[in-house]
Amino acid sequence: MPTEKLSSAPAAEAAAPVAAAIAPQSVVRQAARVAWKDLRVELRSREIVYTVGFFAALVVVVFSFAFPSAEPRVIAQVAPGMIWVAIAFAGTIGLSRAFDREREGDTMRALLLAPAPRLAVFLGKAIAIAVLIMIVEAIIVPLTALLLGADLFGDPAPLALALTLGALGFAVAGSVFAAALLRVRARDVLLPVVLYPILIPLFVAGTHATAALLEVPADLDKVWYWITFLAVFDAAFLVVSMWVFEALVIE
Amino acid sequence: MKRWLFPLFAIATAIGFAFTCWGVFVSTPTDRALYYSQKIFYYHVSNAFMLFMAVGVTGVASIAFLRGRNPRWDDVALAGAEVAVMFGAVVLFTGSMWAKAAWDLWWTWENRLTMSLLLWLVLLGYVLVRRFGGPGSDRLAAALAVFGTVALPFIYVMVGKGDHHPQAGSDGNVATLDSTMRLTFWMSVLTFFAWMNLLIRARLATVRAERRVRELRERAIDAGLFD
Repeated sequence: MPTEKLSSAPAAEAAAPVAAAIAPQSVVRQAARVAWKDLRVELRSREIVYTVGFFAALVVVVFSFAFPSAEPRVIAQVAPGMIWVAIAFAGTIGLSRAFDREREGDTMRALLLAPAPRLAVFLGKAIAIAVLIMIVEAIIVPLTALLLGADLFGDPAPLALALTLGALGFAVAGSVFAAALLRVRARDVLLPVVLYPILIPLFVAGTHATAALLEVPADLDKVWYWITFLAVFDAAFLVVSMWVFEALVIE
Repeated sequence: MKRWLFPLFAIATAIGFAFTCWGVFVSTPTDRALYYSQKIFYYHVSNAFMLFMAVGVTGVASIAFLRGRNPRWDDVALAGAEVAVMFGAVVLFTGSMWAKAAWDLWWTWENRLTMSLLLWLVLLGYVLVRRFGGPGSDRLAAALAVFGTVALPFIYVMVGKGDHHPQAGSDGNVATLDSTMRLTFWMSVLTFFAWMNLLIRARLATVRAERRVRELRERAIDAGLFD
């Protein structure tokens, strides 16, 4: 079509300086800026940290009522699952709150219209959500250790690594779907419906890593196997997310 | 869509079904270890093949839809997913029956069982999103299909603790089966392949008709025919 050709030529010229501005360095800086914007909003209201943190604590308390056995052997088997299920529940709620905030302020469009590549917007969102999930994890894990008497801090470094990788993978996949769900009906129930089936490998790997740490003595080979699994899973989901987000979020 | 393919697949399915039934119940020998319960193999395994094939259709169509955003690909993905949900239900149900007969367990967290179940859950999520998501859910569902495809190998590694799945022949290879068994098995696969094609085409026709009605309605609203 000739008209398309005509209109696309000046557009390409106009896009050239923008493309030149998209250096990897600036993507990182812009992503950091988007993440910092989200975290600053959160710092001022503290809404998500307080409400979702409290919700996560409640989940742990409910679970500890569900397993009243005080036997250390039972606790070592139950605690890892509790931690990761609590992360899944609290993470989903925090995720939909973080994106609802954009919808209520009608700021998602402004964010997408900003002269930053979509990739930077996506990465910034994902980083901010990962940070929020890690804060919630910092509530869940000590509380589980306290209420159940599980020895979770014998070897804190691998546990922290597993929790960080879990938060990152959850945030990456979660941001894609939460962003895509903004314009969709029944989003509150559909978010976990789409998110949990594809994230099951992540939760299972996290649970296995935590369970191997709680074995007496801790099975470090197994722990590192599952941590590597988590890292590869995160990397694969990150690559797919970067591609899908671009194709998905168009206003 | 080529219209003549539809009756062709219908006839192939009907003839294939009759021959396969005869093959399963008359010509194939009874298994030495599993006796009659082995007969479910011809149904269960070919349905499992079709499950993965229908999932492949959905995955490829979803990627094509996300790349070019042509709604025709989206229709194919939806039809494939719905048919895959049906095949998945058949696979899980017959698999559970066979597991009870062969291992005396209704369910175990074994490689292929776990993979089929999680795959089926992703598909159910896909169909639910399409059904209740309203406008804008098509791209979301396509993303879900892509992510589900990526998650699949991880699920396989995740549960990879030895494979106790019942095997077709003595060394797990269909080629080592008795020749009548092999013939019946491949006939069954072809029958269900035709059946899957038939179902996807039928569903595709209704999906496209629905889309046409929706577009016509929108045009009528734009033209002011509905107030």
